[in-house]
Amino acid sequence: MFKYLKQLTSLVAMVAVLFTFTTETMAAKKSKTLKNTQKKGFVRCGVSQGLPGFSNADAAGNWTGVDVDVCRAVAAAVLGDANKVKFTPLSAKERFTALTSNEIDILSRNTTWTLSRDADIGLTFVGVNFYDGQGFMVRKNSGYTSVNDFKNGISACTNLGTTTELNMRDFFNSKGISYEPVTFEKADEVVAAYDAGRCDTYTTDKSGLAAQRIKLSSPDDHIVLPETISKEPLGPVVRQGDSVWEDIVRWSLNVMIEAEEYGVTSANADSMKTSDNPAVKRLVGAEGELGAAFGLDNDWSLRIIKQVGNYGESYKRNIADTGILPDRGPNELWTKGGILYVPPAR
Amino acid sequence: MNIKKILPQLLTLLVVILIFGFFSYNAQVNMENRGISFGYGFLSQESSFDVQFSLIEFDGSHSYFRAYLVGLLNTILVSVIGIIFATIIGVVVGIARLSNNYLINKTAAVYVEFFRNIPLLLQIFFWYFAALRALPLPQDTEPMFGVFFLTIKGFFVPAIIWNNLDIFIYSIIAAIISITFVRIYARKKQENEGIQTPVFSISIGLLLILPILTFLFGGVDASVEVPVIKQLSQSGFTYEGGIKLPPELISLALALSLYTATFIAECVRAGVQGVSKGQKEAAASIGLTPNQVLKLVVMPQALRIIIPPTTNQYLNLTKNSSLAAAIAYPDLVLVFAGTALMQTGRAIEIVSITMLTYLSLSISISIFMNWYNKKIAIKEK
Repeated sequence: MFKYLKQLTSLVAMVAVLFTFTTETMAAKKSKTLKNTQKKGFVRCGVSQGLPGFSNADAAGNWTGVDVDVCRAVAAAVLGDANKVKFTPLSAKERFTALTSNEIDILSRNTTWTLSRDADIGLTFVGVNFYDGQGFMVRKNSGYTSVNDFKNGISACTNLGTTTELNMRDFFNSKGISYEPVTFEKADEVVAAYDAGRCDTYTTDKSGLAAQRIKLSSPDDHIVLPETISKEPLGPVVRQGDSVWEDIVRWSLNVMIEAEEYGVTSANADSMKTSDNPAVKRLVGAEGELGAAFGLDNDWSLRIIKQVGNYGESYKRNIADTGILPDRGPNELWTKGGILYVPPAR
Repeated sequence: MNIKKILPQLLTLLVVILIFGFFSYNAQVNMENRGISFGYGFLSQESSFDVQFSLIEFDGSHSYFRAYLVGLLNTILVSVIGIIFATIIGVVVGIARLSNNYLINKTAAVYVEFFRNIPLLLQIFFWYFAALRALPLPQDTEPMFGVFFLTIKGFFVPAIIWNNLDIFIYSIIAAIISITFVRIYARKKQENEGIQTPVFSISIGLLLILPILTFLFGGVDASVEVPVIKQLSQSGFTYEGGIKLPPELISLALALSLYTATFIAECVRAGVQGVSKGQKEAAASIGLTPNQVLKLVVMPQALRIIIPPTTNQYLNLTKNSSLAAAIAYPDLVLVFAGTALMQTGRAIEIVSITMLTYLSLSISISIFMNWYNKKIAIKEK
């Protein structure tokens, strides 16, 4: 009996080692960020310091906006509750450092996707949740109707350290106009300075202009000029090196857009389980095993749609109904003349 | 020197090195894990952003290093202006607090208590936005003396266009050198013969006469360029020509000097009160005039008490100038640790450079003030 004990133990040990290896690889597939998020019980989300329509807190501290909804969607997918999000308001200056130094897990803060940001500083952009472009706001009584009316010596207020600063230079240089850039760290100060008359024009993303215009002392005395001087695809960002987490955030956003495309809303999501369309059934988790690839259950996408709504609902609730940008412009589905087009969830 | 004395020092040094080594190693590993590259090569890249106000020529085609210089010079500019005004206001208020006149005394006391007890950032916001609200639009402004225009877009002052400016500057240098010689001569004369020379009047005379001579004979010529109003749009105007001081600079310098002056005023008061009464009475009893008492007896002793704490205030002012970023004054923090940091994403590199820069600035001020303090300290014979 004792003769075999030694061999038996070594066999057990070998099996144990093998087993730990396999569980180890399974766990590794479940990303570190996902594991931490599930352990903490909330998603750590970096947002703006207050941009109506995108990420804005009301008096009671409830955050709303299309950027906020991306984080809520991820929370619904991985934790089952869209309210389990901890929001961290960040300035433009702090945002990337907060993400790379592990203070937050998703940066959803009207951030423009550019090559240098994507490649250089340890970040990965996962998609676009708003197609924007830089514009100019001026006083109505200035008589400006186009950026071509701008003259040498014009002063322009804007935010510090954004792509706006670079676009502005490219634009004024190409027109051969000398200008005075007045850059503030916080948007509230930009608005206050422009409102006081420090600057002749206020330039930032057009959605931002529309949102900030409401904060001016008399919004009706200001107009946004028709020209768009840059491409500003805004989208959520995650840290480089956690591809599972990256996929979860990417597909949480994509599911919202695809749900709109197939007409699945927060109201009818449950009844869509019996739909004839297999694509719709996959979306609400009645067919296929889509969640398993991320280490999630099969209802993850259904929860997003039920708790947060599809992209169209989010846009309507946050941007259209608040009067910021009632016209969806490029942010309409590709089937309706916009450029929202996401890979199929299958 | 025996080993017992050196060993603890060496151990401490070793621990310090190990701690630094651990942190830099830790940072390196973490940056590598997160795919962040490290290096100072970005300093020579094209910056591609513009700056509102700069003492040297700068636009987006210049490098990040030049952007750093722009920010550094702007920081130095506002610190120097702040230090000068804070010192003037501080000395006046400090002496006013010692006044026997009730009104002057109390006004100075209220000023000190009010301004030193409100956070500086709030004061900066107050002066900036209050100024923006209060100042007229360019088209509505009333010119001061016909050539100065204070508007919401800045303070426009006439620029002086020079011909042969270098000769003019040489003449001033020559005047300063000759004043030094006059002073040395005057001191010797007083020591040897006991006769006082009117050094002050001679100095002023030299400073005036030499530069005037260059105008008459040196081919130096200056003309004044007055700012003229320019229409930008139906409702927007600005001024062209001359020199423009942005409202951000003015309000920042104002806030910094008013805030720091309160502390300097207290230093001055403490210094003057620190000179014992007997000194003044003794000086008066040997027949010195009140002016001479102040200049020859009280001030030299008071300065010894005033200088060290005032040095701290100068350092504080320089460091506080980094609050400029809140109101769009392009200082080192806004231009370099702000825009440049965000455009390049090189947080560790840029923050380390910025910290080293403030450290060097502070140390330079402190070395200068220590030298001055030593100069006026009691020399034991």
